[in-house]
Amino acid sequence: MKSNLAISRLRKLIGVALGITLASNISIASAGVNDTGLAVTDAAVKVGILHSLTGTMAISETGAQEAEKLAIKQINDMGGILGRKIEIIQEDGASDWPTFAEKSRKLLVKDKVAAVFGCWTSASRKAALPVFEKENGLLYYPTFYEGLEQSHNVIYTGQEATQQILAGLDWVAREKGAKTFYLIGSDYIWPRTSMKIARKHIENVLGGKVVGEEYKPLGNTQFGSVINKIRLKKPDVIYAAVVGGSNVAWFKQLKAAGITGQKQTLLTLSVTEDEVLGIGGENLEGFYSVMKYFQSQDNENNKAFVKAFKDMHGDDSVIGDVTQAAYLGPWLWKAAVEKAGSFDVDKVVKASETSGIELTTAPEGYVKLHPNHHLWSKTRVAKWNKDGQATIVFTSDLIEPNPFPEGYQ
Amino acid sequence: MGEYTAQELLSIFAMQGFSGLSLFSVLLLMALGLAIIFGQMGVINMAHGEFMAVGAYTTYLISVLSEEYFPGFVEYYFIFAIALSFLVAGALGYLAELALIRHLYKRPLDTLLATWGLSLIMQQGFRSIFGAREVSPTLPDWLMGSYQPIESIDIPINGMFVLGLTTFVTLAVFYLMFKSSWGLRVRATTQNRVMSGAVGINTKKVDRLTFALGCGIAGIAGAAFTTIASTGPTTGSLYIVDTFMVVVFGGAASLYGTIASAFSIAQAQSILEFFISGSMAKVFTLLAIVIFLMLRPEGLFASKVRK
Amino acid sequence: MGFVYDRLLGGKNGAIGMAILAALILLILPMMLDLFRLNLVGKYLTYAFAAVSLVLLWGYGGILSLGQGVFFGLGGYCMAMFLKLEASDPESTKIQSTPGIPDFMDWNQLTQLPWFWEPFNSFGFTVLAVLLVPAVFAFIIGYSMFKRRVGGVYFAIITQIIALILTVLIVGQQGYTGGINGITDLKTLHGWDIREDSAKYILYFVNAILLFSVILLSRFILTSKFGRLLLAMKDKEDRVRFSGYDVSNFKIFVFCISAIISAIGGAMFTLQVGFMSPSFVGIVPSIEMVIFAAVGGRMSLIGVVYGTLLVNYGKTIFSETFPELWLYLMGALFIAVVMYFPNGLAGIWDKHGGKLFGFIQNMKYIGVVRSMLDKKRLVKAEVSGE
Repeated sequence: MKSNLAISRLRKLIGVALGITLASNISIASAGVNDTGLAVTDAAVKVGILHSLTGTMAISETGAQEAEKLAIKQINDMGGILGRKIEIIQEDGASDWPTFAEKSRKLLVKDKVAAVFGCWTSASRKAALPVFEKENGLLYYPTFYEGLEQSHNVIYTGQEATQQILAGLDWVAREKGAKTFYLIGSDYIWPRTSMKIARKHIENVLGGKVVGEEYKPLGNTQFGSVINKIRLKKPDVIYAAVVGGSNVAWFKQLKAAGITGQKQTLLTLSVTEDEVLGIGGENLEGFYSVMKYFQSQDNENNKAFVKAFKDMHGDDSVIGDVTQAAYLGPWLWKAAVEKAGSFDVDKVVKASETSGIELTTAPEGYVKLHPNHHLWSKTRVAKWNKDGQATIVFTSDLIEPNPFPEGYQ
Repeated sequence: MGEYTAQELLSIFAMQGFSGLSLFSVLLLMALGLAIIFGQMGVINMAHGEFMAVGAYTTYLISVLSEEYFPGFVEYYFIFAIALSFLVAGALGYLAELALIRHLYKRPLDTLLATWGLSLIMQQGFRSIFGAREVSPTLPDWLMGSYQPIESIDIPINGMFVLGLTTFVTLAVFYLMFKSSWGLRVRATTQNRVMSGAVGINTKKVDRLTFALGCGIAGIAGAAFTTIASTGPTTGSLYIVDTFMVVVFGGAASLYGTIASAFSIAQAQSILEFFISGSMAKVFTLLAIVIFLMLRPEGLFASKVRK
Repeated sequence: MGFVYDRLLGGKNGAIGMAILAALILLILPMMLDLFRLNLVGKYLTYAFAAVSLVLLWGYGGILSLGQGVFFGLGGYCMAMFLKLEASDPESTKIQSTPGIPDFMDWNQLTQLPWFWEPFNSFGFTVLAVLLVPAVFAFIIGYSMFKRRVGGVYFAIITQIIALILTVLIVGQQGYTGGINGITDLKTLHGWDIREDSAKYILYFVNAILLFSVILLSRFILTSKFGRLLLAMKDKEDRVRFSGYDVSNFKIFVFCISAIISAIGGAMFTLQVGFMSPSFVGIVPSIEMVIFAAVGGRMSLIGVVYGTLLVNYGKTIFSETFPELWLYLMGALFIAVVMYFPNGLAGIWDKHGGKLFGFIQNMKYIGVVRSMLDKKRLVKAEVSGE
């Protein structure tokens, strides 16, 4: 304990010394920045990373926390934020929602972190949200999700449901002339909300028909009967939001039953490159995913990002939609803090809401922060190949985020 | 159902029948190992699902290795992987019995706690070795796709494969238990340990091999399930409750009971799933089992009141 | 006085143990820990209710239930429903299509409150429901199983299946239950903000005092004739039956009591943590509760509280320090406890802790003082001519 104290004092001294030598470059008064009650010194600012390292969700959350660490490392290499290096305190949410609430409180109350990057499932966010609102923390949440939420204390870097769903449905109706749809998802709020929006759009806007709607328990590995029903109904499009390990069973059994990309259009909301690892590219070949980001996206930002990610986390790592959205978090935070000239949460939030923050360096191309705390982004439809990468076949215009969509409630 | 032709209905009927059959083979393969361990030895092995995962990961490992070093072997590795999964899971089971289970035979409920601890350690072990993400062995082409006897019927080949494998393993277990001298020793030990010891059966060795056999069969199940489902650190926990349910519903001491139970649960569930959408099919199946067990605690096949 | 001392505190050793635990929970921890850690301890102590219920059911009754999470969850959900209704007044839910109902119902296109939610507008009903819903549920399960002499392993597995059914049901019926997210964002109890620091302190002490009451009640039950019968049943069920007792009724009774105790813990959990989710109803939490009891000592009401605190605190500390390794450590701990310390912490205490206090018992002068006092009393009595 003592040695730590000594080291941190030493760091402070060095920091001050450096600060004096670099004072000409830093125009911000440190005093005002350091007395926000957050863990900010002249040399460093602390942030939290809160994802599941253990339990069932570790599968999905690994990529997100790797991306957050990469962004933070890059920001530090560029000199940090307001001249301060970012220090990470990482906590394990253990795939357990109360643990997310508990660890959020620890990060905010004990560690006094200036921002938290984390949560993956809606359930973990819902558990942590009251803590962030009560302690006035700031959470950057990376997952595409059902919407229906807008908190002063959360910045949503993934897409909300309408951004993801509508453009994809429009595309499939236009390209494939689809009229009949079979909806299938895992049984919890995100797939149900997404399917609700999809159904309204199919029936009211596209003039199509939903011929079946199914929800399977999380972790379900038996899809035989559903697949038979699909064969009986012969829908033009299978529209799927199956999540987690169930996906593997779902696609393997589809293929085994002779339903392949050559015979049938399948559009999924929930398969990213991360899931493909487990599903196997050969089982997905010819099916479509609708996301805002694919690893194969061909632009300079993305090439640099993929290279940096692989340098840091190994050549065989893959990058999915949520991983990329998680990567945006620290950069959006940096932009807002610099606009605000302070780490103070209220000031950072105000800057996020009012100053039209945009990232031209985002791997997905370009995003802009909307006053409603979500991002303007483009939606893409891509076709999966055998090697586990996707070929983008359609890119939408920039879509405004709308977490409380009128007419879809 | 007026909108469909007779041909279509017949095809669906056939395919639906097969999907019930394939679920049956999955449940039976899961439950066989546990029926031996739990039914014959009274050990509640909460790590049984993790032994399945050992089989699945072994298959994955062989798949990766053969792709790296013996590309020509990829078509055939799967059979070899199943055999190896049996050996690896069996060997681990042998060790687990040696280190842990043998101290707990007198305290059956405590085996539950100890093996729960074991399952935590194994899960984290998978995570440390293979990472938190799910993995997928590359399946040989002959296991993929479907068999079409007529135009409108597709029978999944992997389902047929699992069905065949289950039949083979079941017959092998029956042979071992009821036709071999080793099985005789196992049954003797189950019935009367002290007496068996007195007539010269090495009961400790019998226990160890029985446990290893049960875990080995779990390994085979895990290997076979790579064709239909996912492999991740927590995969085992998906199977464990269903597996126990099959064994208990069948009447734990009876292998015939396990077969009957797997069959009736599978048929009930796949028929329900066809007519009820969503999670409720699962709820009704489970509820029916619980109510049945409340009315008839000894399960489908059993001779005496349970203690 | 003698009755209280022997029956409620469990004689000298029991009283000492109780006093130490009370000092720890009511004085030492609140003084030592900051509010954040104390709130965590409060959360752990709600699990201790379930562990205490397992002492009655499993330690003494020999009935292993892997479904205590069901009762913990039911109690928690009853409380959460009341709090959620209070948090969903028309004013604070005015952005919804249907103001005045909980937000998750609105997301699932419900336009009015389901009938079974209605009574939870009343706090009195809620308190009754917390106690009675789990009790009735336990009675139904217990009656159908114990009357048919299902026990041991089969009972354990059936309770596990019930936990699974309830989880799938709660997650699947999200319009009525909040689904996998659970019932979140609970704010006030009759206008009293349970998220405030002061409220957290008060709830911690309410929780601690409730826990002690439950321990005392359990001790009272276990030292009664009923408790002796339970132990007798655990060892030789048939003999008890042949002595003319209806064994199944005792089992049903203890199962219901244990359900109620767990449910109180669940309700206190909801109040202290501010939400309730199906992750407490499932199989894993139920097994964890059994593990708390095993680590603490399944026969010791005081021990299981220590067990619960130790395991959970260990979990928190390990996962803060070695997030990747904590599962190994947890797994190893359970195996070690089962293999080498079947009576848990309490067993270790009885074996070795006694030596610490042995010198107290050997202090002859206590006896001397007592006899002197007695003499004095005698003298007094003689003087006053009694």
